[in-house]
Amino acid sequence: MPKFTIPKEELECKGHSGCAGCGATLLARYTLKALGPRTVVNVPACCWSVVQGVWPRAALKVPVIDHAFECTGAVSSGIRAALDIKGIEDVNVVGWAGDGGTVDIGLQALSGAVDRGTDMIYIMYDNEAYMNTGIQKSGCTPLYAWTNTTPGGPNGEWNLAPKKRIMEMLVVNGIVYGATVSIAYPEDLIAKLRKAKQIKGPKFIHALSSCPSGWKIDPSKSIEMARLATLTGIFPLYEVEHGKYALSKDLKSKPVEEYLKPQGRFKHLTPEMIAEIQRKVDEDYAALKSKCE
Amino acid sequence: MLDLMTANAAAAKAAMLSRVEVIAAYPITPQTSISEKLAEMVANGELKAKYIKVESEHSAMAALIGASYMGARTFTATSSQGLALMHEMLYWAAGARRPVVMPVVSRALGPPWNIWTDHMDVMGERDTGWMQFFCENNQETLDLILLAYRVAEDKDIMLPAMVIEDGFILSHTFEKVDVPAIEEVDFYLHAFNPDVKVNFRKPRRYGSLVMPDWAMEFRYNNGLAMDRAKKKIVEAGVAFKKAFGRDYCSLLEAYRCDDAEVALVIAGSAAGTAKVAADRMRERGRKVGVIKLRVFRPFPSEEFRQIASTVRTIGVFDRSYTYAESGTICGEVRNSLFSLAKDVHVKGYIGGLGGRDITEADLERIFDDLLAISHHGKVDRDMQWIALRDGSLRW
Repeated sequence: MPKFTIPKEELECKGHSGCAGCGATLLARYTLKALGPRTVVNVPACCWSVVQGVWPRAALKVPVIDHAFECTGAVSSGIRAALDIKGIEDVNVVGWAGDGGTVDIGLQALSGAVDRGTDMIYIMYDNEAYMNTGIQKSGCTPLYAWTNTTPGGPNGEWNLAPKKRIMEMLVVNGIVYGATVSIAYPEDLIAKLRKAKQIKGPKFIHALSSCPSGWKIDPSKSIEMARLATLTGIFPLYEVEHGKYALSKDLKSKPVEEYLKPQGRFKHLTPEMIAEIQRKVDEDYAALKSKCE
Repeated sequence: MLDLMTANAAAAKAAMLSRVEVIAAYPITPQTSISEKLAEMVANGELKAKYIKVESEHSAMAALIGASYMGARTFTATSSQGLALMHEMLYWAAGARRPVVMPVVSRALGPPWNIWTDHMDVMGERDTGWMQFFCENNQETLDLILLAYRVAEDKDIMLPAMVIEDGFILSHTFEKVDVPAIEEVDFYLHAFNPDVKVNFRKPRRYGSLVMPDWAMEFRYNNGLAMDRAKKKIVEAGVAFKKAFGRDYCSLLEAYRCDDAEVALVIAGSAAGTAKVAADRMRERGRKVGVIKLRVFRPFPSEEFRQIASTVRTIGVFDRSYTYAESGTICGEVRNSLFSLAKDVHVKGYIGGLGGRDITEADLERIFDDLLAISHHGKVDRDMQWIALRDGSLRW
């Protein structure tokens, strides 16, 4: 019988108010299993300001500080500074922000926190749009995706910008550790977070976080979609330590179509669009692999 | 110990004497020398604190909110555009009940670009839930920062406070300042140990989502704390007098108001000029007084009603403008005196914007104008701009 390697300790309570099939709630559960109770989480405006429930209830068994949209990097710096001056060394400072709060409105504070060398684990749960406000395009929305602000229409006004390359931006900015993680690969996720916990300095975790409501998929397909993102090479699992890239697992084995087809947000894609996405994914994956050599 | 220093140096000294633990600051004229001085103090070991070089004022306030939740005493300073950029997080600090203390070196907002003093920046933050203290001179800047920490961190208050010093007029001008010994300050201002802070044994969520069935009560409680601050500021003033000898035992200072026929309300450095102008008027037998507004939030309505029970003509000088028929302070004074409106005349004056000098002559003319109102028993107009250039002079 295979050994169950996921820690049993639960720091996320049953009864949060996330949507059915929310990838980010699983992500938080695994993250806290990896990091343990000496963790203080700070959360900007994002799905997680709501997922945690309504006062006086809370969904996590660790302290959480909520704040405004663009603040995660700055609040993380402040929390760490206070811990430092008080001589407390065994606490994980976690910034827990969505993709919009990270790559768009929160980019300045995040870049500042990396520049300051803040000892933090910044986790971007990437559901690829402003999902909490009801599915609007963010800097992480993939090419040609439908959102309520990239609605297509007769002129094909889908999202015409590729995802911002946040990991590469932060690597040159100076993070000491970066990693991509997925809820479909929890052991890899937990190993990476445990590793991040041991490293001092600014760490960045990019977590693909499937969103049935925004991606227009059945909640039961949430983990499957996250897995397909990796198997198609759209979301490869890798690490970056002090600028050095390493592929965690070379899993790219399927055409992108298998990931795109089941999702309502991609249902308008023409064969040409799919071919273009495939070409870009192939290029990006090859570029990543060459960086890993 | 007596020393010669600018208000900015006094503000940095006050932060050091208060043993602030986390500083987050971003440069802006005319505040910059406060954050430079503190960087120096931290670098040379004079102050044991963490200094976060943030990338904006917005992040400065955000960082301090995080630090304060962890139980650290927090400090920043800003001016003008920087304060405006912080706006969102000022509400957050107050709503989250984090007692950040922040000198604001008042400065005009652009455009047109202008680095000199007026109060439009701080008046724009009137409704954020911060206590607001105005300084007349450099000594008050040092003293009111110590006092502000004591009140802000009081368990019955837990509200942030800004201590306002006029840009350049105070921030860059040397004055004699009596600097207390840090041991004396320790006696006056105890270590920060808030009831509400992150506790790993009892994990909680701070800044939660609150539905309409409770949200109003949160806001109301902020209001109650602000109301209680009136009494706490007076108590902190009494304790201050006992510890250091200087008198901040009231929210406003009524100068020669006891037998005054008219009085002028004024805040900040110009209050000193107004006192000199009042002395001159008194030499000529004119019964005028000055009401120096030291605390704008909480607003001393009751104190104003008391003064208005004997002084029936009150002018209000605003170094800010609200694009309506009133300066900011004037609106508040009128509001406080509305129930006495039949017997009391209030007139607003707007001046000193963008660093325009407020001269003794300007203020003497205002006193003459108020005396004329008192004699006629009638206000000629609700508001008047003073010392505008020729061509647009409306005096």
